[in-house]
This record gives sequence, structure tokens and C-alpha cells, in this order.
Amino acid sequence: MLRVFQHHMVKRVAGAILIGLLVLVMTGPQGNGSEPTSGFTGSFSEHMSFFGFFTPPRWITFALLALVLSLLVMFAKYSHRAWRRAQESGAAAARAVASAAARVKYVRSRRSGRYSGYALLVLLGIFLPRIITSQSWQTNIVQLVAVYILLAIGLNVVTGFAGLLDLGFVAFYAIGAYTTAWVTGALPTSPPFGIHFNTFFAIPFAIILAMAFGVVLGIPTLRLRGDYLAIVTLGFGEIIFIFANNLYGITGGSTGTNQIPYLSVHLGPLKYLWGLTPQPYYYLTLAFIVLFLMIFSSLEHSRVGRAWVAIREDEVAAESLGIYPLKYKVMAFAIGAASAGFAGVITASQTLFVTPPTFSLSFSINILVLVIFGGMGSIAGVVVGGLVIQGFVVYMIQSPPAWYNPADLYMYLGALLIVMMIFRPAGLLPSRRRLREVTQVESGVARDQMLTHIGPHNRVEEEL
Amino acid sequence: MSYFTSHFSTFGHEFWGLLVGGVANGVVYAMVAIGYTMVYGVLRLINFAHSEIFTSGAFASFFLMKALVGGSTPTATESVIYVILGVLVGGLAGALAALALERVAYRPLRRRNAPKLAYLISAIGASYFLFNFYGKEFGRINLSMDAPFTNNTVFTIFGAPVQMYYIVIVIVGVIMLVSLDRFVAKSKLGRGIRAVAQDAETASLMGVNIDRTISLTFVLGGFLGGVAGFLFAIPIGVVYTMGFTPALKAFSAAVLGGIGNLRGAVIGGLLLGIVESFSVAFFDGVYIDVVAFAVLVLVLMVRPTGILGERLGRSA
Repeated sequence: MLRVFQHHMVKRVAGAILIGLLVLVMTGPQGNGSEPTSGFTGSFSEHMSFFGFFTPPRWITFALLALVLSLLVMFAKYSHRAWRRAQESGAAAARAVASAAARVKYVRSRRSGRYSGYALLVLLGIFLPRIITSQSWQTNIVQLVAVYILLAIGLNVVTGFAGLLDLGFVAFYAIGAYTTAWVTGALPTSPPFGIHFNTFFAIPFAIILAMAFGVVLGIPTLRLRGDYLAIVTLGFGEIIFIFANNLYGITGGSTGTNQIPYLSVHLGPLKYLWGLTPQPYYYLTLAFIVLFLMIFSSLEHSRVGRAWVAIREDEVAAESLGIYPLKYKVMAFAIGAASAGFAGVITASQTLFVTPPTFSLSFSINILVLVIFGGMGSIAGVVVGGLVIQGFVVYMIQSPPAWYNPADLYMYLGALLIVMMIFRPAGLLPSRRRLREVTQVESGVARDQMLTHIGPHNRVEEEL
Repeated sequence: MSYFTSHFSTFGHEFWGLLVGGVANGVVYAMVAIGYTMVYGVLRLINFAHSEIFTSGAFASFFLMKALVGGSTPTATESVIYVILGVLVGGLAGALAALALERVAYRPLRRRNAPKLAYLISAIGASYFLFNFYGKEFGRINLSMDAPFTNNTVFTIFGAPVQMYYIVIVIVGVIMLVSLDRFVAKSKLGRGIRAVAQDAETASLMGVNIDRTISLTFVLGGFLGGVAGFLFAIPIGVVYTMGFTPALKAFSAAVLGGIGNLRGAVIGGLLLGIVESFSVAFFDGVYIDVVAFAVLVLVLMVRPTGILGERLGRSA
């Protein structure tokens, strides 16, 4: 009897059914602690509209899903001939796609081609408010897409280029937001001499302060490597959170502040106030995204960028070639922090308030998901990843389907991280170099970077 | 975390009170730290999702206690039975979660020989998936636990009351830690774990089933983590995010004791619990969580190998 379960087909079908069950419960109703099983039972018994045609109990819908999945895995294995025929008819289409892809690749390989791609994206960005005219959509696009992309391209410098997993990245964002509040006099502590700066001064202040903080945070932590660095940065992120939450005299404590003014310009006859509609913020953020993208992508191919790659691939070898790792790692921290600091300004001055809960670890994880999904180290990938995931998030907020609850966002993001790591570890649009690194490590080149569950590993001292 | 300590400082029994609270916390940290250290021993990676193993144990025992105690006042015999059942169910839930975690988030990557960062990311994903899943299924509010025993003062040390809760923690914790230590040191399976930690390739040549040994490591660490979740939840109840802070501290404890070393994890856990507890005398209680991180950063900078800087393979 037990041997049946070891048959690969049984395993596959069981897997398909398990996935169906998991999706059933994941998309089910919210449970509560007083009736611990209500979430599970509700996932089966509640009714779910099936494209509006009829409304069966949920379990029927998902039994169908599991059945289709099971049939798919069985079909794919057994009907080789049908599979091959499908492949052949698909092959023609695939060839067409491949030649188009080759064409795109060729165009991309030329500098002008690459820029025309970016120009297209920027044009799309410029005309987006004409396409999506709803105000709440636009506000969400600024706050949940544009700001997240800013943060993701910053984290991409740290995690993608230099290979440092920073789980405390949200700290820089917090610095930016709190600096804005400080500069505009919204915090219990004000700038000296009672000066209240225009909100625009917050931008250079926030960027410089975030970068300085990157250096301060980087020098002690960046001596560590890999997962230790991740945990320590996470710890620092939490420390910042605890301080922001409790230093009532400086940060306003757990309630933060809601006294931040909108961005505004008062230069003689020129008077302009940001914030009455989301559009001015949108364009300002877009302009800075483009600016940061230009800076970061030119950095990628500079001496500094090459040093980052060298450190990422083999720190010891890089050091032996005269690259001082700490210096470049701290640089990565500081440069990545710049865009996060700016993102903090945008958030603070558009939403007009700053509170500590915004700057939780979950936020860092959300940004990390964008970077991983798009492709670590690939600027285009990160932008596209941010657009796709955050666009989806905004869509779910604007018109939530019955099965989705915004509170479950991180459940889905967590699942996405696992799925990405299993099936596409280099991301959606991998950077060519990064993809090569992953495949090389997996095929056994660069042995000492891989997880040595084979081979001796007296490496604790070296890894730290 | 600040539960015990803030209570004690109001009682005014500064030193001994803080010590008792610190030791009790330390035992919980030690039990969680064991999970980190064992997985680090065989896989050389930090199991980021260990916090959710802790949470799994807490939730499972929470529902058990709800069914068993349900607001009544248990008698002495009932209390003993309930605690034992709670330990078993919490531990099994933790072990099950750890096993599933290894299967889903680690094994596919291990098959492929993925780069190290990939494991960490998939573990982060697993952690976020799990605790938000619990939040979805069991609500996102703090649920107070039906205590399996009455928490009265059993005796006093120099005027500081020692409550039943601390005694239960210490007894259960010591039994668990000692039996784990003996298991890893003496049994055949334990020898397998040590062999894989020392040199996986050679171990597999000697007939050790690596996959099974790794699963066993997760199960053992998960069991202790789950039990720790149960003990931790008795006074403060359960909430879906409960695992994060204690697990991070336990990780600090594992590093403090020397990661990869079983006894180091215990020493680190106790030390961290006590240091943290005493820090309340110097700082405001809200900064208590900062202490553990500061310890972690200091240890990693000054003595990255920890107090007992040896490996799981060489210990015991």
C-alpha cells in the first residue's frame, strides 16, 4: 500500500491536489482565533462566483482546479505523442518569437537601441496619467508603484550590484521621511534657530543624510558576509524602528507627526503647490526615477560597478587585485540609500504624515521581493518587476476580487519568493552576468560560493 | 519579552527577580537557538524561517489548551498531564512545520546546488508566507492562552518570588536540552548528524543518508522550537507575529554561544536571557530588544566564533 505513494505519478497527482488545497485555503475567508477552523471550513463551504455564470461552493471550483492540474501532469508524462505534436505546432510560433527576441536582443545590444527602449518606458510614464485618470489610482501609483520602484532600484544597487543582502533597507527610507518632517518643522525637534525650511530643502537634506547614514551603518556591519550581514542589517532596521517608536521628544514617538506640508515653490512670482492632485508628485517622482536610473546604470558599467561585481563574485580574489572591499561595499550602501532617502521625502510630503509602523521589516521584504522578482542586478528587470507586482497590488486595492484580502499581501509575496527561488532564481529579466553566476555555481564552478553540503567546510571564520 | 522583567521591577526585587526572569527567558532562547545551530551545523545556513516553527508550536498548543482547559482551573494532576500534552503537541507541530519547510523551501534548492543567497531568500519567503497564513487563519489579534496550571508563587529566593511558570520552563527546558544533547552524542542517528556536520561527502560514503539526516536535524530543532513556543505563549498568549523577536534573539544567542555548537547555544541563550533581563535596571524597558541586537553585533565584530567557537561535529 505504501509503495503506491512512491510511484512518481501518484506523487505528482498528490502534489497537484495539495497545491489545489493550498490555493483553496489561501484564497479562502479570514479565520479567527475563537473558531480556529472557521477559515478552513469556510474555504470549502463558502460559495464563489465562477465568472458570474454560476456560484458553486468553493471546493467544487478547486476540485476542478486540482483535477485540471492532475490531468496536466499526467497528460504531460504519458501522451508523448500528443505532447510532441503540440510542441511541433508550437515550434513554429516559438521560432517566430525567438527571431523577434533575437531582434530585440540585437536592438538592445546597440546603445541607441537600449536607450530607445528606456525612452519608450519614459514616454509611457509621461502619458500614464492621461490613460489612468482616476485620482485614487494616481495617488496609489505614486505611493505604491513609483516610490517602491525608487526603493527597489536603490536596493538593487546594494543587493543586485554588490551582492549584499540588506534587510534593513527601510531604515534609509525612514531617514528620508523623518528628515522631511524635521526640515519642515513638523517634529518635536526643529532645525536650529527656528528656521522652517521650504519642503524642497528636504530633498537634498534627506538624500545626504540617508547616504551619511549608509556610511555610518555600513562601516561596522559590512565586514560581515552573506546571511550574517542580512541578520545584522535586519537588527539595525529593528533598532531604528524601536527608537523611532519610543523617542517621543525627537521623532514624535508611536504617533509620529502629521504636520508635514506639501511640497511647494515660492520664488517671487512663481508659486506652485504640490499635492492638490497626485499628478505633480507623480511627475516629480518620475523625473527622479529617471535621474536615479541614469546614475545607477552608468555606475553599473563604471569602475565602481566592476568592483562591485568582483566583490560579489569573489571577495578574496577582488581584494587580492587591489580592490578594498569595505570601501566599495560602503559606497554601495550609501548610493543605494540615496534613492531610498528621496523616496522618504515623497512619501512624507505627499501623505503629510510619518509614523513608525510604515518602516517595518515587512516593507524591506516587499522591496526585496520586487528586486528578486525582476532580477537581482538587472535595472530593467527591477523596474519591470516593480511595475508588475506593485501594479498588481494597486489593482487589487482599487478593485479587490472576492478572494483577495489586502491583509494577506505578504502571504502571497512570501509564496512568490519561494516559487521564484525554486523555478527562476535569477528573476524575470535576469542580468546576463548574474544569470551566469547562478548557473556556474549550480553546475559546480566557483565551488566555494555554493552551499557545501558536500565537501569539507571549515569555513566559519572565513565566512564571517 | 518585557513581560517578566517589567513585572519584576515593579515588585522591587531587583537582582534575584531579574535573575529568575532572565534564566527562564534564557531557557526559551536556548531551545530556539538549538534549532538555528543544528541547521547551521549541517547546512551552513541560517534558517530564517525558524521563527515560524516557534509560532507553529505556540499555535498548536494554544488550541490544545483551549480544548483541554477551556477556562477551568486544572487540578495538580491535570496540570502535569496538560503540560506534557502541550509539550508534545507543540513540539510535534514545530517538527512538522520544520519538515515541511525543509521539503518545500530548502530541498529543491539543495538538489540544484543553488547559491547561498537563494536559501536565505526562500527561507524569508517561507517565513513570510507562514506567519501571514497563520494571521489569516487565526486572526491578527493577540489571543490569551488558557494556562494549564495556576501560576502561584512556589517559593522565594531572597525575597524574590519564583512562580510556577518559571519552574515549568526550567524543568521542561532542562529535560529537552539534556535529552537532545544525549541523543546527538550517543545515538546512531545523532552520530549521523555529527558526521554530516563534519563532512557531508565522507559521511554519505560511509552510508549516512544525507537527506534523511538533514530532515532529522530540522525535526529535532523544530521540536525544541515548538516546545519553546508553547512555553513562551503560556503567559502572554499567541499572535501571528510572535515568533520574530524571540527567534531573532535566539539567533543572537546561538551566535553568542558559537554557532554550530549545541552546548554553545544553551550557554548563549542563558547568557543572553540574563543580560537582557539585567539591562532593564539600566535602560528603559522599551529598549530591551535593542540589547540583543547590540550583543549580536558586538559578538560578530569582536569574536565571530562565539564563546565556544567549535562546530557541531566536534562538540559532545
